[in-house]
Amino acid sequence: MERRVVFAGWLCPAVLLLPQMAVTLVFFFWPAGQAVVQSFRRGDAFGLATRFAGIENFTQLFADPNYLASFGVTALFSLSVAVLALAPGLLLAVMADRVVRGAALYKTVLLIPYAIAPAIAGVLWMFLFNPAIGVLAAGLNRAGLDWNYLLDGPQAMLLVILAAAWKQISYNFLFFLAGLQAIPPSLIEASAIDGASPRRRFWTIVFPLLAPTSFFLLVVNIVYAFFDTFGVIHNVTQGGPGQATEILVYKVWYDGVVGLDLGGSAAQSVVLMAIVVALTGIQFRFIERRVHYA
Amino acid sequence: MHPKILAGAAAAFFALAGSAAADPVELQWWHAMTAVNGDRVNQIAADFNKMQSDYKVVPVFKGSYAETMTAAIAAYRAGNAPDIVQVFEVGTATMMAAKGAIKPVYQLMADAGEPFDPSAYLPAVTAYYSTADGKMLSLPFNSSTPVVYWNKDAFKKAGLDPDTPPKTWPETFAAAKKLRAAGLNCGFTSAWVSWVQIENFSAWHNIPIGTKANGLEGADTELEINNPTVVRHVANLAEAQKDKSFDYSGRTTEPEARFLNGDCGMIQDSSAAYGLFSKSLKAPFGVTELPYYPDVKGAPQNSIIGGASLWVMGGKPAEHYKGVAKFFAYLSGIPVQVKWHEDTGYLPITKAAYAATKASGFYEQHPGTETALKQMTGKPPTENSRGLRFGNLVQIRDIIAEDLEAAFSGKESAKAAMDDAVKRGNALLRQFQRNTQ
Repeated sequence: MERRVVFAGWLCPAVLLLPQMAVTLVFFFWPAGQAVVQSFRRGDAFGLATRFAGIENFTQLFADPNYLASFGVTALFSLSVAVLALAPGLLLAVMADRVVRGAALYKTVLLIPYAIAPAIAGVLWMFLFNPAIGVLAAGLNRAGLDWNYLLDGPQAMLLVILAAAWKQISYNFLFFLAGLQAIPPSLIEASAIDGASPRRRFWTIVFPLLAPTSFFLLVVNIVYAFFDTFGVIHNVTQGGPGQATEILVYKVWYDGVVGLDLGGSAAQSVVLMAIVVALTGIQFRFIERRVHYA
Repeated sequence: MHPKILAGAAAAFFALAGSAAADPVELQWWHAMTAVNGDRVNQIAADFNKMQSDYKVVPVFKGSYAETMTAAIAAYRAGNAPDIVQVFEVGTATMMAAKGAIKPVYQLMADAGEPFDPSAYLPAVTAYYSTADGKMLSLPFNSSTPVVYWNKDAFKKAGLDPDTPPKTWPETFAAAKKLRAAGLNCGFTSAWVSWVQIENFSAWHNIPIGTKANGLEGADTELEINNPTVVRHVANLAEAQKDKSFDYSGRTTEPEARFLNGDCGMIQDSSAAYGLFSKSLKAPFGVTELPYYPDVKGAPQNSIIGGASLWVMGGKPAEHYKGVAKFFAYLSGIPVQVKWHEDTGYLPITKAAYAATKASGFYEQHPGTETALKQMTGKPPTENSRGLRFGNLVQIRDIIAEDLEAAFSGKESAKAAMDDAVKRGNALLRQFQRNTQ
C-alpha cells in the first residue's frame, strides 16, 4: 500500500519548505559563499585596501610547509579521536547492555561527559595534566616520567586526543546502546543454543548488525574531531608546542581572528569545506554500500 | 509683569532648555581589562561622568586583547565602531596602517583645542605609540615592562643571600643551579617568553630586533634576532632547561603559577604582575632589574614596554571627538595616573605622575615598585630600545615562541631555531606590507 502523502498543487509544499530553505540559505549557503568570495581577495583587516587576488591565497597556502604539516596533524588527531571514542563507547555499551540491576544509573553516569562543553573538557584535562598545577602531572613527574606537554609535542598530542575522545565516548555509547537493543534477542539466543561463545556471538552477529550505527558514528566522530574540538585545543595547547597540535580548524581561527588575515583564513575554510564534502561523499558512496543494514 | 517673576520664568525656561540639551553624548570605550584593572576602568569612567555632564563614557568589556581588537575591526567594517578601543601593543602596526579608520591622538587633541603637551609624557612609554617624528598616535593606557621577581625564602634555603639578587646572566644561571640543588623543581622561569627573552633582551643589550629602528621607521623592516648575542642566550637557556635550572612553563602568563606555588625560585615577568604576587605569594619576594651579559657593550640599556593603548576610531562626529579629547586629558591627569599606577602596578604615563608618586613616599613603602621605571628611564632610549613596530606581530610572537620551544626541547639548535623564526617572521612582515598597501 502506498502511504505517500500527495499534495494537490505545488504552492502548499513550496510554502511549507520555505522556512527550512530560508534558514539553510541564510545560515549555511550565504556564509559559505562569503568565505569563497573572501578567499579570492586580499587586504588589510579594516577592509580599507581590499583587492582581488586570484588564487594567490591558495598558492601561498600550499607553498607553506606549516600548512601542509597541519594536514598530517589533523589526520592523526581525527583518526585517533575517532578510534579512541568509538572503541570504548562500544565496549561500555556492550557491558551496560548486560547489566541487569541499576542499569539506569550506569547509563546516566556514562552519559555525563557528553553534557560537558569541549572547552570545559579541555580545561578539566588541563587541570589534571598541566605541568605547573596539574595533580596527575605532579604524580607523573614523581614517578620519574618527564611530563611537560608544553615542550613535548607527542605528549601534547596525546593529551588533546584523550580530552577530545573522552568527551565523545558518551555520545557513541548512547548510539551503540540503542543499536544493541534493536538487535532481535532471538538471533543471539539461537546462536547461544547452537553453542556459540559470547565472543563469537559478538563478532558474528552483534558487530555486523551494528554496522549501520558504527558507520553513522564514524562519520559523526570524524566531523566532530575536525570541527568541534576547537575548544579543547584552544584551552589546552593553543596548537603548541611548536605546531604539534595545530589542526586545520584551529589554524583557520588563528589566522583569521588573531592574525586578521581574512583572505588566507577564508582560503583555508574553503579547503576545509572541500575536504569535508569529499570525505562525506566517499563515505556515503563507497563505504555505505558495503554496510549491511538490518 | 513683575521683573522678578520674569527673571524667574526665564531662569526656569533656561533650566528646562538646559536639561534637554544636557542629554550627554555617549562615548563607547571597548576594553579588555579584568579583575582589579577592570574595576579601575569602570571607576575612571564613572568619575569622569560625574565630573561633567556633557559626555558619558561607557566602558564595555570585550574579552581578551585579541577579541577586543577583532571586535572593534568587525564593528568598523559594519559601520558602528566604538569611539575608543583598547588595543594591545602588538596590534599597534595594524592600527597605524589603517589610515582613515583611526584618528591619531595628536590630531584629536589639536582639533578639539584641548591643551596637550607631548613632552609631559614619559618618552619611554609614548615612543612605542608615536610616529618616528614623535607624533602620538594612541594614548598609552596600561604599560608595563619585564622585571625579575625572586623568592627570598627559596634563596635562603639554597644558601643564597636573600637580599642580593643576581645582577647578570651568568650570576642568574649560577643562582638557578643552586636553587635546583636545594631541591626546588625549577631554578627560574619566564613569562611572555618572546617579549621578555627576545624583544626586551635585545633592547636591554642595545642590539636591534629588526632593521629600520625595529620597524619604527618603515614597514620594510626585517627581523635580526638570529644574531650571535641572542643565539648564545637561547643556547644558554636551552642548556639550563636540561637540568631545569631554567624551566619553560608556557608562552604567556602560565609560568606565574609556578612562581606562586614555590616551584620556581625566580621569574622574569611583567612589572604588572606585582599586584598578583604581593596578594597571593606567601613567601617574601623582591623585585629587581633584568639581568644582562656583562661582555655585551652598552648593556644594560633600557627595557621596552608592553601592555595596551587607547585608539580613537575614525569617522565619528566632531562632538564625539571633543568628548574623547576631554576624557583623554582627564585620564592623563595626575590623580588618575597615580591611582592607576599604585593600584595596578602599571606604569604612569606622565612625568608629573611619576614625580607625584615618588614624592608621596609610595616607593619607599612598597620596595621594588620603582624598579620598572628606573629600568625604563635609566638611559635615554636608542634606536634599538625605543620600541618596536612589526606588522603581524601577534603571529610573529607565536612563531618566536614555537621556535624557542623547539630549541628548549632540544629538537633544534639555538641557531637553527632563530634562523627559522627570522625566515618565517620576515615572510609575515612582507605579507603585512603587501596587504596594507
